[in-house]
Amino acid sequence: MKELMLGNKAVARGLYEAGCRFISSYPGTPSTEITEEAALYDEIYCEWAPNEKVALEAAHGASLGGARAACAMKHVGLNVAADPLFSISYQGLNAGLVICVADDPGMHSSQNEQDSRHYAKAAKVPMLEPSDSAEAVTFAKAAFEISEEFNTPVFLKMCTRVAHSQSVVEPGSREEVPLVPYVKDPTKVMMTANSRNAHVRVEKRTKDLIAWAETCPFNRVEAGRREIGVICDSTSYQYAREVFGDGASYLKIGLVFPLAEKLFLDFAASVDRVIVLEELDPVLEEHCRRLGIAVEGKSLFPVCGEFSQNLVRSCLGLSVPSSVSIEDPIPARPPVMCAGCPHRGMFYTLKKHDCMVYGDIGCYTLGALAPLNSMDLNVCMGASCSGLHGFNKAIGPEAERHSVGVIGDSTFIHSGITGIIDIAYNMTNSTVIILDNSITGMTGHQQNPTTGKNLRGDPAGKVDLEALCHAVGFRRVRVVDPYDLAAADEALTEELAAEEPSVIISRRPCVMIKGTVHKPPLSVDEDKCVGCRSCMKIGCPAISVQNKKARIDPTQCIGCGVCTQMCRFGALAE
Amino acid sequence: MACTNIMIVGVGGQGTLLASKMLGRVLLDQGFDVKVSEVHGMSQRGGSVVTYVRFGDRVCSPVIDRGEADVILSFEQLEAARWLEYLKPGGKIVTNLQKIEPMPVITGAAVYPDRLVEKMRAAGADVEAGDYLAMAVEAGSSKAVNMVLMGRLSALFPEIPEADWLAALDAVVPPRFLDLNRAAFAAGRNA
Repeated sequence: MKELMLGNKAVARGLYEAGCRFISSYPGTPSTEITEEAALYDEIYCEWAPNEKVALEAAHGASLGGARAACAMKHVGLNVAADPLFSISYQGLNAGLVICVADDPGMHSSQNEQDSRHYAKAAKVPMLEPSDSAEAVTFAKAAFEISEEFNTPVFLKMCTRVAHSQSVVEPGSREEVPLVPYVKDPTKVMMTANSRNAHVRVEKRTKDLIAWAETCPFNRVEAGRREIGVICDSTSYQYAREVFGDGASYLKIGLVFPLAEKLFLDFAASVDRVIVLEELDPVLEEHCRRLGIAVEGKSLFPVCGEFSQNLVRSCLGLSVPSSVSIEDPIPARPPVMCAGCPHRGMFYTLKKHDCMVYGDIGCYTLGALAPLNSMDLNVCMGASCSGLHGFNKAIGPEAERHSVGVIGDSTFIHSGITGIIDIAYNMTNSTVIILDNSITGMTGHQQNPTTGKNLRGDPAGKVDLEALCHAVGFRRVRVVDPYDLAAADEALTEELAAEEPSVIISRRPCVMIKGTVHKPPLSVDEDKCVGCRSCMKIGCPAISVQNKKARIDPTQCIGCGVCTQMCRFGALAE
Repeated sequence: MACTNIMIVGVGGQGTLLASKMLGRVLLDQGFDVKVSEVHGMSQRGGSVVTYVRFGDRVCSPVIDRGEADVILSFEQLEAARWLEYLKPGGKIVTNLQKIEPMPVITGAAVYPDRLVEKMRAAGADVEAGDYLAMAVEAGSSKAVNMVLMGRLSALFPEIPEADWLAALDAVVPPRFLDLNRAAFAAGRNA
């Protein structure tokens, strides 16, 4: 029966139908739902790994153990998994291995706009790229076949608009694939002679794949009018069809690495003008140029940002639909920390201390926005710890007394531990704040190794953050409740002054976790409120000032009480 | 190949995703090709959110662009104005009169524009505005505002049987909230 299915759910469906037994992933928008949806099938063991490198290694291990296995990550997660990726490409597999990676053109929820197709080329790993949910199912299934036939991991590349759009799918049934027996093979040890042989094998594999790509069903020609021929992949194909309909011919590429050759040449010869439409980098375009095909690509369309039908129209000088607007400027509506968010108290405290704040990746990046404005920068998962160490080494005690790294619990497990070991081992008096809200918040509340629960919510092992910090060499480790502004202030004052490295664990569960107990909403005593706006300094979306009196939105307020500590007049109360 | 384009816009947390899930289901049941494109992740934390719903014989692009929306269903006034330029000439805006101040307005860095409905009409848009939040409260909960708006939307498509809307509602809403959501839907449909 036909079903409207989210792209990521369709990937999970495809993995399921292909007999996948094992998935290990780290959450990251827009890839998270692949693993969450797969976990709904009892036949697939699914887990959240501490990071993407571990996830890929675990999935490869499951493949060596004979199970069809997969992992899923966002584009920047692939940077973390790059180390095993390149070696697994050489090493090969036992059962099929599929690496799902989701790019984010337009950076809806990411810190950069990297194009994962480069990794396929660099690691010489074939990559399939669906353009809607139906293809996501088909390609996910095919990825296992290709993986096993060519003895290589296979990428399944998504992007935000395919991952997070629902389109029509006709689900099939699951094929049970027996475990492939493990056989010890001395050539699997990647030492010099074996590695040299493996590289030769990989080069031959790519040649074989190119020959296969010429006729594989994932690339197709849709012949229409011959004046324009569009070479495209992923959503670019959908935008092109939207603009031209049958008024052009299309070479729709589903296998984006390795790329066919004769197929491109024949298509180019069949049309008058060749346009390459692809988001981000000119990967297909450069391939065409290498083949000597005269194409127009990035001379017409931007490298930055995501495409749309109007963007394609305007870049080609075609008319775009007319539209109306009003003259008033429309205020932006940026995302905000939720009412009652435990991060708020700590960021307010940091602002009071006017610290240099080396941030990290998570909901708490919102601490950079007004009115808290308490983050100087962020780079990537874990850099708050190691980057702070380098910053403090460069400047010395003056910086050590006025700088902190802030990192969430999940991000700390992902990549912060090695950073604090650098601090302890190489000795800066750095202060790291672990914002422990007992969940992976920004990606939609996934469990992690600090929560004591696994992906399915069942009891699991639990990292003891205090013991871990002590074990790597921190003597000063203290826990503070960020709802208690005085305690947070005291902890920060003392740890910044301390002549040794310290960790502050700012601990309070995310208010959005199911089961977190909320207090009744606060109210404003209008007789006491003088309209001083002190309560506005914490940037709580439940508080506004109307007619010179504070007002609390009872549908948002969860009674955290942080604002009551801001009010000198006792005007905010239960 | 003409598609019908509906945008559902609002503020993260207002229930737009459930509304789009219900709408997608209704349209699929009518035998259309359908695409629903939504935004997950950080912008859901109280940010401006938009869902694109497209249906017809064949839907290609997953998104709706400026000047292409037949209907914009808005959960909040400012969001209706924000997405106004996506409206097709001759298209219709249905907006809740509720105002939710964004953080730049709360902090005083920006002003929430006044008389938005009037201004959108002056710009040439066909705007239907109502206090759908009050209707949701009357039906039993402010959280049912999404179903009041779905009821309004259903009234714009008389060719789709009411029973199909209700079947989709039943399929997406948890059983214990069915009566509340049906009441909210009926209030919107008959408003």
